[in-house]
Amino acid sequence: MKRFFARNAPAYVFLLPWLVGFFLLALGPILASLYLSFTRYDMVSDPRWIGLGNYEYMFTRDRRFWKALDVTFTYVVLAVPARLIVALGVAMLLDRGLRTIGLYRAIFYLPSLLGASIAIAILWRQLFAEDGVVNQVLALVGIQGAAWITDPDTSLYTLVILAMWQFGSPMLIFLAGLRGIPRDLYEAAEIDGTPRWRQFTRITLPLLAPVIFFNLVLQTIEAFKTFSSAFIISNGTGAPADSLLFYTVYLFNEAFKFFRMGYASALAWVLLVIIAIFTAIAFFTSKYWVHYENERD
Amino acid sequence: MEVSVEMEEAAKIAHEMRLRRDKRARNGRILKHIFLIGVSCVMLYPLFWLLASSFKPENEIFGSLTLWPSEFRFDNYTEGWNALPQSFTLFYVNSAIVTALSVIGNLISCSFAAYAFARLSFTGRRFLFALMMMTLMIPYHVVLIPQYVQFLRLGWVDTYLPLVVPRFLASDAFFIFLMVQFFRQLPRELDEAAMIDGCSPFKIYRAIILPLSLPAMGTAAIFSLIWVWEDFLAPLIYLNDIKSYTVPLALRLFLDQEGKSAYGQMFAMSVLSLVPVVIFFVLFQKLIVRGIATSGMK
Repeated sequence: MKRFFARNAPAYVFLLPWLVGFFLLALGPILASLYLSFTRYDMVSDPRWIGLGNYEYMFTRDRRFWKALDVTFTYVVLAVPARLIVALGVAMLLDRGLRTIGLYRAIFYLPSLLGASIAIAILWRQLFAEDGVVNQVLALVGIQGAAWITDPDTSLYTLVILAMWQFGSPMLIFLAGLRGIPRDLYEAAEIDGTPRWRQFTRITLPLLAPVIFFNLVLQTIEAFKTFSSAFIISNGTGAPADSLLFYTVYLFNEAFKFFRMGYASALAWVLLVIIAIFTAIAFFTSKYWVHYENERD
Repeated sequence: MEVSVEMEEAAKIAHEMRLRRDKRARNGRILKHIFLIGVSCVMLYPLFWLLASSFKPENEIFGSLTLWPSEFRFDNYTEGWNALPQSFTLFYVNSAIVTALSVIGNLISCSFAAYAFARLSFTGRRFLFALMMMTLMIPYHVVLIPQYVQFLRLGWVDTYLPLVVPRFLASDAFFIFLMVQFFRQLPRELDEAAMIDGCSPFKIYRAIILPLSLPAMGTAAIFSLIWVWEDFLAPLIYLNDIKSYTVPLALRLFLDQEGKSAYGQMFAMSVLSLVPVVIFFVLFQKLIVRGIATSGMK
């Protein structure tokens, strides 16, 4: 017993801050959130147990919940592949045949670093405003622009474009992955006269599969959590006509504008389950399309 | 005789083929550069437009695509700095306090946990490590409401405690992961030798692991600095009094008082809010790029 203690004590002293944080800031709140999701709670009076009431309302009667799911899924389905394709394309251009890529790499990464900031969201609102830069460029080539941000049919695409603009981090991860593919494979293919496209589908894609998988999971989770840009561009409400009602924006408003804390907790748990399902699907299907060259422990 | 002629012929053809290939490669390179420069311009144009607009008189911001203002004006900066009920001096001080404390908290608490996970053996290590990795996936929105209720009861709302204290409790588990990856690569013999010499685990952490991990610590410091500086959601929820606002919250105030007259000032202050990030990016580009490539962060 004494030896057990002596062996473990130092490690747990080092772990103490994280352990306290884990219980008070992660596990505790998650369980509390689960409990609150079965209650009606306005922060003034005590939480009142209503069983599955919140979930029932959410799935059967709350139109805005379905709208928020619709907006968020549309965004994820468009923005994640768009960002990854651009990232992979640019990474492949940078990977071969160029001697100096440092400057390009820096330029392409910069928007990703700035992208989360409020300043960029403000900028985006102006770029796509009716008298904004985008419409002026379109006018140069004789196209009548739209009111991108205030038109519910187009507003979501401005955010997809914002997501595409920030392809920097998946690009860097792809670049690191491409570096790991042995050059002689391409040389051998070149000698055999294999066309570029087949080199891509037969060498690059399969060997890059683990990296693609990694980026896909990471970016999908990120996309589900999109908040600041949607919040700023939609004036904090999901406007126009709820076309920018991202799930997190809806959740925020339910919790901190209307103080429906119980309902917002239920929303949060549904989000957690959705993200968990997506991650699980990615992991379980990965064995069919991701092959690791040498398994690590 | 004949054989050597054939060989000469073959050598000539091979030489020509090589020349042609080199030429094609060079043309390809030039095309690539042209394309990449084009993409760079598209990528940077919005940023330059923002910068240029911040120097333009109000009536020139919309309606022209040119980046060069007809005259450079600094009014947007001087007036924008004091355009809100409180001056931006206060917002920058607030942001600096929150950011500095958060970065310190992250570095200490995360390196502690990472050291335990990477270098010490203890009961429950695998299990706790798995738990830690799972917390990486949890969206902040799920813990947000109970945390808010908790902090409200403690009387912490409208103070910086809800923003700073979690960082001293290693709440950004991502940095633990980043540091574990790095600590694991350091040779184990160092710890063993130090242990034989009678060093305590804390001494090993402080005298061996930390000094050897400056790149990892630097990467973590830069990323946490940038993320905390840009953080919007947590300040939005916890800070209600304009006197305690951070820079992103202050920028949002410009949007609320939307009259066209303030665009130039809003852009000027937006530019200033990005300056620290850009400076850190330029100074520490290598660390940032390597940090992402090795840990695969967002």
